[in-house]
Amino acid sequence: MKTLLQLSNIFHDRINTIKSIRNMKLITHNMLTSNALKTVKEGYPLQIYVDEVKQVDVDFQQQFITKTVSKLNWKALLFGAKCIGHSEGLPETLPENWESNDELLKKLHHVLLEIEVITGSLECPETKRRFPISNGIPNMLLNEDEV
Amino acid sequence: MSEISIKTPSFNHLSAADLDLIYAPSEDTFLLIDALEKDLKEIFKLEPCICLEIGVGSGVVITALGSALGPSSLYFGTDVNEFACKKAEETAHLNGVTLKTFCCNFVDSVPDSVKGSIDVLIFNPPYVVTESDEILSSPLASAWAGGEKGREVIDKLFPSLSSILSPRGVFYLLLEKNNKPKEVSSILEQFGIFKSQAVIDNGHGKKNCRV
Repeated sequence: MKTLLQLSNIFHDRINTIKSIRNMKLITHNMLTSNALKTVKEGYPLQIYVDEVKQVDVDFQQQFITKTVSKLNWKALLFGAKCIGHSEGLPETLPENWESNDELLKKLHHVLLEIEVITGSLECPETKRRFPISNGIPNMLLNEDEV
Repeated sequence: MSEISIKTPSFNHLSAADLDLIYAPSEDTFLLIDALEKDLKEIFKLEPCICLEIGVGSGVVITALGSALGPSSLYFGTDVNEFACKKAEETAHLNGVTLKTFCCNFVDSVPDSVKGSIDVLIFNPPYVVTESDEILSSPLASAWAGGEKGREVIDKLFPSLSSILSPRGVFYLLLEKNNKPKEVSSILEQFGIFKSQAVIDNGHGKKNCRV
């Protein structure tokens, strides 16, 4: 039986030939932890290291961004934004009237949806184990001896 | 009342070479979409915020749900196959759905705080009865080879299921008769307070489990 990681490597060569359409956004970063590693307690938020990043245009949809932000962990969002150098103008905590703050919502729309990481890595804050992001997809698979 | 329908997403972009590496949209894929369609009114009522598909594959199923529900929910997909993650995002994108994927086992890399807020969880698992060593034996095998009773992979998910779903969450799992769906129901009950019911049963059979 192959390990998941070995299996993932089989795909790698294949992926490198694909033109990427969509890549990792901060929304995804908010959903990821390294706490499946056996010694890790929180593993959250992960440090982002960026090798290749791009900006895309996404239509602003107020309802979508409001709903999204309400579901996200603000601290992790802010931390992620700092990692990729786009935290300017974001408050330390989400202000009370944020749903009606157009300027803030547009800023959040930009940082969450329009900045994409194509290549880089995510680092566990506790063990410093790195997870690669290649072709815009974070790979969180672990070796059997890490679980 | 008129039935709400789900549009089958287009997936013309998947080449024959792609389908050597990911599970091609097949009869069971469409069966799962049919089940979601049948339950769509109920799903609408949940006002889901987060929908996630484990083993997202080509991405056709979650894309179908996403185009029916619209952008009021966030859509995520996981797969142990990195290539499938990429292709699933492409499928969603081409059909106007924002889907974010990441490569992990089940939902292992999702933080506990998020795990408990998944409103719709979908899994078309590797359910084919095979020898145990066939599981993950090749890229494509990870999509279908299920080991003993076709349940070796599926069963690993059950213990954490109640911590993954939100209090109102629903779980759609595709099973066939060799997987012993009744046994699955009783296992689910052991791990939570799941009420499970078959949404569509045609020999393939499917379970819809509610918390």
